[in-house]
Amino acid sequence: MSNILEVHQLYRKFQSGTKTLTVVNDINFSIPEGISCAIVGPSGSGKTTLLGLCAGLDRPTSGTVSLNGIPLNPLNEDERAKVRNQHVGFVFQTFQLVPTLTAIENVMVPLELRGEATKGVRERARELLESVGLGDRTHHYPTQLSGGEQQRVAIARAFINNPKILFADEPTGNLDTETGEYIENLIFELNETQGTTLVLVTHDLELAKKCDRIISLQEMDKSIKTPMLKLKLKVRLIRSHE
Amino acid sequence: MSNRKSLLWTFKMAWRDSRSHRSKLFLFMAAIIVGVAAQVAITSFRSNLNSSIENQAKELLGADLEVERNAPFQEELQAVLDSLGGNVSTALEFNSMAFFPENGNTRLSQITAIEGYFPFYGDLITEPSSAAQTFQTNGGALVDEPVMRLFDLQPGDSVKIGQVTYEIEGTLIEIPGQPVAASFFGPRIFIPKENVEATGLLQRGSRLEYVSWHKFPVGTDMAYVDDRLDKLQDEQGLRFSYDTVEEREEEVGEAILYLSNFLNLIGFIALLLGGIGVASSIFVYIRQKINTVAVLRCVGVSSNQALLIYLIQAASMGLVGSMLGAMIGSGIQMYLPVLVQDFLPVDIELYISWTSIAIGIGTGLVISILFALFPLLAVKKISPLYSIRSIQINLSQLLSNNTKITLSAVLLVFVTTYAWFMIGEILPSLAFTGGLVACLLLLTGFAKLIMKGSRKFLRAGFSYELRQGLANLYRPNNQTTTLLLTFGLGVTMISSLYLTQDMLLDQIDFGGQEDLPNLALYDIQYDQNDGVNEVIRSNGHEILQNVPIVTMRIQSINGMTPEELRDDSTTNPRGWALNREYRSTYRDSLLPTESIVEGKWIGQAEGFDQIVPISVEVDQMEDLDTSIGDTLTWDVQGIPIQTYIASTRSVKWDQPSPNFFVVFPAGVLDNAPQFFATTIKTDGRDSSLELQQELVQAYPNVSAIDVGLVFETVQNFLDKVTFVIQFIGLFSIITGLIVLAGSAATSRFQRIREAVLLRTLGASKRQVIKIQIIEYALLGIMASMTGLILSLGASYLIGYFYFEINFVPDFFIIGIEVIILTALVLLIGLLNTRGMHNKPPLEVLRAEVA
Repeated sequence: MSNILEVHQLYRKFQSGTKTLTVVNDINFSIPEGISCAIVGPSGSGKTTLLGLCAGLDRPTSGTVSLNGIPLNPLNEDERAKVRNQHVGFVFQTFQLVPTLTAIENVMVPLELRGEATKGVRERARELLESVGLGDRTHHYPTQLSGGEQQRVAIARAFINNPKILFADEPTGNLDTETGEYIENLIFELNETQGTTLVLVTHDLELAKKCDRIISLQEMDKSIKTPMLKLKLKVRLIRSHE
Repeated sequence: MSNRKSLLWTFKMAWRDSRSHRSKLFLFMAAIIVGVAAQVAITSFRSNLNSSIENQAKELLGADLEVERNAPFQEELQAVLDSLGGNVSTALEFNSMAFFPENGNTRLSQITAIEGYFPFYGDLITEPSSAAQTFQTNGGALVDEPVMRLFDLQPGDSVKIGQVTYEIEGTLIEIPGQPVAASFFGPRIFIPKENVEATGLLQRGSRLEYVSWHKFPVGTDMAYVDDRLDKLQDEQGLRFSYDTVEEREEEVGEAILYLSNFLNLIGFIALLLGGIGVASSIFVYIRQKINTVAVLRCVGVSSNQALLIYLIQAASMGLVGSMLGAMIGSGIQMYLPVLVQDFLPVDIELYISWTSIAIGIGTGLVISILFALFPLLAVKKISPLYSIRSIQINLSQLLSNNTKITLSAVLLVFVTTYAWFMIGEILPSLAFTGGLVACLLLLTGFAKLIMKGSRKFLRAGFSYELRQGLANLYRPNNQTTTLLLTFGLGVTMISSLYLTQDMLLDQIDFGGQEDLPNLALYDIQYDQNDGVNEVIRSNGHEILQNVPIVTMRIQSINGMTPEELRDDSTTNPRGWALNREYRSTYRDSLLPTESIVEGKWIGQAEGFDQIVPISVEVDQMEDLDTSIGDTLTWDVQGIPIQTYIASTRSVKWDQPSPNFFVVFPAGVLDNAPQFFATTIKTDGRDSSLELQQELVQAYPNVSAIDVGLVFETVQNFLDKVTFVIQFIGLFSIITGLIVLAGSAATSRFQRIREAVLLRTLGASKRQVIKIQIIEYALLGIMASMTGLILSLGASYLIGYFYFEINFVPDFFIIGIEVIILTALVLLIGLLNTRGMHNKPPLEVLRAEVA
């Protein structure tokens, strides 16, 4: 099985005044196609930064990221946007729907961007909204939907372009337990039926355990000199199926 | 995705994205609407005016040729005119007191004693209309409409000009080529030229203008006519003036061009303010859209597409705003003639000027886009990372300095080009842009100062509401700079105009001043002087001055005749100073309004057998290109008198007393033919009117200038002129208010969130309102004060450099202005937070988010 995501010697440093904060430090891993993988770690361990780098939302200080065999480093912002549009789906903790678009319009955006025929796209978006249980809320605006409903719209949007890989950043972080569970199941279910690779950032270990793999960003070296983030991050492959 | 599909989607997305903001976008548009309306109104009006002038070119002159001279035409001139053939109409024009026996009123009037059928083009409009044709044969008079109305006169009443009483045949409504404003400085009265000598007004010292109008047969070569008259002036040195239709059209067109350019630039400022409004609104708008842009970038929208989504919104807003503005402007255009008709020599033919509309819409659109690009280009720099990271972004920091400089340069080039297009000259256009930039920089500086000042001024001991209100002036998303720029500039313009007008009026408001005359009499003949003085004294009035006046011309300077001086390259005297008729006086002492600048004042001389020492006014010295000791020979009505310049004087010309370029010492001109001017101080207006009536009846040739009436006339004239300018300037104030409303509306959500948070934390409705009142009242005071301070500076500079007047501002008026302007800002600010105080916090928040 080929790797959908490959990360090699990845560093991300931030300059804060005269000090340099190393948030992602020498990360190496690869994720095979079709599996689910959780990135876990305490707050401030760099989970979201790593996710941003993997999805091409940010540029590493050094190191490489390959998504679906495409090295992201040489690409400019617009080329990365194109890669995301073609191969990536996103689910965010804060849902991130466009407030001025209705539920169905939010879902349609990725395919519309590809220039696909509106009628077909609308049909596919409707099916997806139905599959997440929102068939009757297609023309509602985000503010007219509950948190759980907004996240379901976001999931439908994430899957409409049949992404090779889905990045989910704390997808249940803003939801109550019951709704959270529903969303979790939905993501895993769609992931399985569509054969998408799932990269899930969470600090919820129970949720992480549902994944095929867990990448844990842990505090390894307390001798690092940056007092606020005394973290040297290491990747540990805890469990692997297959 | 293909380019076409990508563009289509971008348009669709722009439309969808604007959904919940369209009502707010309308406010941004309103600023552009007002600016474009001002533009279109003025340019359309100008276009109407130009074509009216073109269509009525011949009516402007009323003839093919008009010739004028302040003496009877020379034989050579008359011979040439006679040889040209065609129809001729001649007239004598002079000023004289008109006495209306029916009610005893008098008024200094502009008399035209006419012969023949002028105007040959256009009509002399009278009421009844037949009067224009019959007054000459019937020996009647036509009297200007304003004075007929003022004195409640009817055709059939009479008017006495000099010794002759004429029956008023009709009311003079319109003379082709003359604006109504021509009657501001004295009503126009037409009488027949035949028997005009009987009035007794054509005496020595009277200022007479000889005029003839000519209508040539069709096909006459006007270039030939022009050439022959030109030769008389250049080759034979004859002094007279003439105008052809073409020249008159050019002169009028030029004057109108200056006026409309000036108005246009004032209107353009309103549009630029609208642009600033657009920039600040889009800035706030994009700040609210950062998250949306980041998410769109996450799902694959390119940076150019993201930019385009918002550029389309801004451009559409600009286009719709400009189109609405053009519609409104075309409406206002219909009203503008009402404002300026009095000053125009033609009847305006109104029509829709599509060119002006196109220019207005184009300018509005370009301004919207250029200004919007400042915040919009930052959209390209919004990273998709912002969707997973909550980062406070400063939009203006996203733009590189290079981008900002390039954009500013493009904007300045556009503004200068537009001004150049309007004015037609590059230097004034650069000055316009420079002045505008300086003003905007000053206002921005003031804004920064206010923000810094309020931060420093803030004390822990202040009440909570005052602290919050003050802090709102400098906290993020404050409206201080925007308001100061837009509203401040509007106030600066309007207030400068008002203060300048006030300053000018102050200068001629002599009515209440001690020891200054309120009535001036002139054209008093030598043998009338004692009698006139007696009438004045018997009425119990004080004579302030009784000055003899002797007319003379320059025969030579240092032995050279005016013609020789003109040809001599070593001297450079002004033509008019050499050729004019001088009205000089003689006396043994200086007046309090005069002081010696150079040389020695000599007040007494023994006849003119020796060279006579004279005193010349300082500016006149320059115009004559002479210096102390130079000799001048005067032609005093046929007798040459040799003089030398013994002294130069500075004269306060703004005082209403007879002042002179040249003063002779006593003992030289005492026996020369002369007439007198007398200034009088009467107690109040009524006694002045009584004296005028008595004098005019006894001495009809004596003219009286009622200083109070002059003041009223000038005030009336300035009122009309400044009203036109202020009307256009008002657009800037309106734009400022709209921009404020727009900026307040955009920040409404943030303000509501703050208010809700405060309410949640236990603040009372009263406290929240109080904070807002303090903030907007402070903003209003600051903006209006800043505008007023700048206008005080501008008025002072105008007074100092242009009118040479010391400007003393009227602080009472300024105080009133501050109160009104602050109230306006406060009203808009409070309207913005309407409806959020009586509902539960969450309900308000939900409604706003939706």
